[in-house]
Amino acid sequence: MKKKEEENLENQDIEIRLLIEALYLKYGFDFRNYSKAHLKRRILNRFQISGLGSITEMTRRVVYDSEFTDQLLMDLSITVTEMFRDPSFYKALRQSVLPVLRTYPHVKIWHAGCASGEEVYSMAIMLKEEGLLHKTQIYATDFNPMIIRYAKKAQYPISRIKEFTVSYQKAGGKHSFSDYYTADDEKAKLNEVLRKNIVFANHNLVTDSGFAEMNLVVCRNVLIYFNKQLQDKVIGLFMESLPGGGFLCLGSKENLQFSSHYNAFEPVVDNERIYIKKYSS
Amino acid sequence: MFVGEEKGYQAVVIGSSAGGLHALKTIFESLDGKFPLPVIVVQHMSPDADDYLATFLNSMKKIRVKEADEKEIPKAGVAYIAPPNYHLLMEHDGSFTLTIGERVNYARPSVDVLFETAAEFYGEDLIGIILTGANNDGSLGLKKIKEHGGLTIVQDPNEAESDTMPRTALEMAKPDHVLTLKEIANFLNSLI
Repeated sequence: MKKKEEENLENQDIEIRLLIEALYLKYGFDFRNYSKAHLKRRILNRFQISGLGSITEMTRRVVYDSEFTDQLLMDLSITVTEMFRDPSFYKALRQSVLPVLRTYPHVKIWHAGCASGEEVYSMAIMLKEEGLLHKTQIYATDFNPMIIRYAKKAQYPISRIKEFTVSYQKAGGKHSFSDYYTADDEKAKLNEVLRKNIVFANHNLVTDSGFAEMNLVVCRNVLIYFNKQLQDKVIGLFMESLPGGGFLCLGSKENLQFSSHYNAFEPVVDNERIYIKKYSS
Repeated sequence: MFVGEEKGYQAVVIGSSAGGLHALKTIFESLDGKFPLPVIVVQHMSPDADDYLATFLNSMKKIRVKEADEKEIPKAGVAYIAPPNYHLLMEHDGSFTLTIGERVNYARPSVDVLFETAAEFYGEDLIGIILTGANNDGSLGLKKIKEHGGLTIVQDPNEAESDTMPRTALEMAKPDHVLTLKEIANFLNSLI
């Protein structure tokens, strides 16, 4: 029995690899250096829902059916995010980073892998409360054009507001979270003022180059999906986007320790993964 | 006494939910300090919990217990706890991957996610254990471990603080053994 299982496994891995290649060749979406275990789970999940006979049949659909591909892209994207995810991180950001940014005449922030936008708007709320939003430009990017469209709407199901409110308070919010949205029975729409200084754009960390002269780069819970080689490449991209004294924020389970760019940065709040780029000597 | 007792197991995965803290404590305090395999644990907890579980189990002073880090390769004789609000997956090269994907069975971390990916990597060299819990997470994962030839154990539902998880696992995975916590600890120690 075991032998048969293993044989299936191998064949399946071949089929999955071909599917990933097809996504790259046809659309330029490069998942080849993503966590294989993650991709496999997501692809098999879609496979089960699809009712198709095999993964190879999925590959055919990817090549000839862009709607099917859109669906699959959503599966493979990291779309799960929350407002003020990890409240202690936002608290640390407010205490250790924003006071420095406040001294600048103009602030540029790159939020890489912003998904459906919740964390970008969390940042905007904090900047507003600290009196920084009016002089800040936020570039919020994701490789998935559909999720960018969603993020731009600044509109979330009302069912999520309770959880957002709790996290906002834990993150040291200074007002009432309800000041920031208007709600109807189904959805909460965030205030226009939060959106004004955010530019949403399509950008692929795997294949595109970085941005120039950012004061702060935020990329949380994206690198965990990448293999070491790709992690290193993307951290290099962030390094190039930051001048000396620029800040880099990663997810709570991501760190620079094993990166070849480790020496270019030093921790500001180590356990919250907030780093500063050193001035070159 | 046990199926395949002479086999060269490479890892133990444990899944638990409601009542798991006590159950894990019972196992870990009885575990021999020389236990030779990595132990990988998913215990359901609140998304904003800290690393208290790892700290608590480590304080039993039997084997070293820590939270699993991304890309970490599990070592023999160390126990790894899935961090709150992340899924823990076994990567194809034997390292850990953490993801923030959708909740599975309302849980993140989910036992199924760990068990299914561990089954693929370790195949028949894996021991899967389901403990107390009030939901269905872990049954499919345990079934998969069995399909890959691994050894499957479920805590005796009559002893479990919450019996839903072990009962569902019993039904769905038809495990090799149903054992009390003491027996599970003794079995693990017998692998030394």
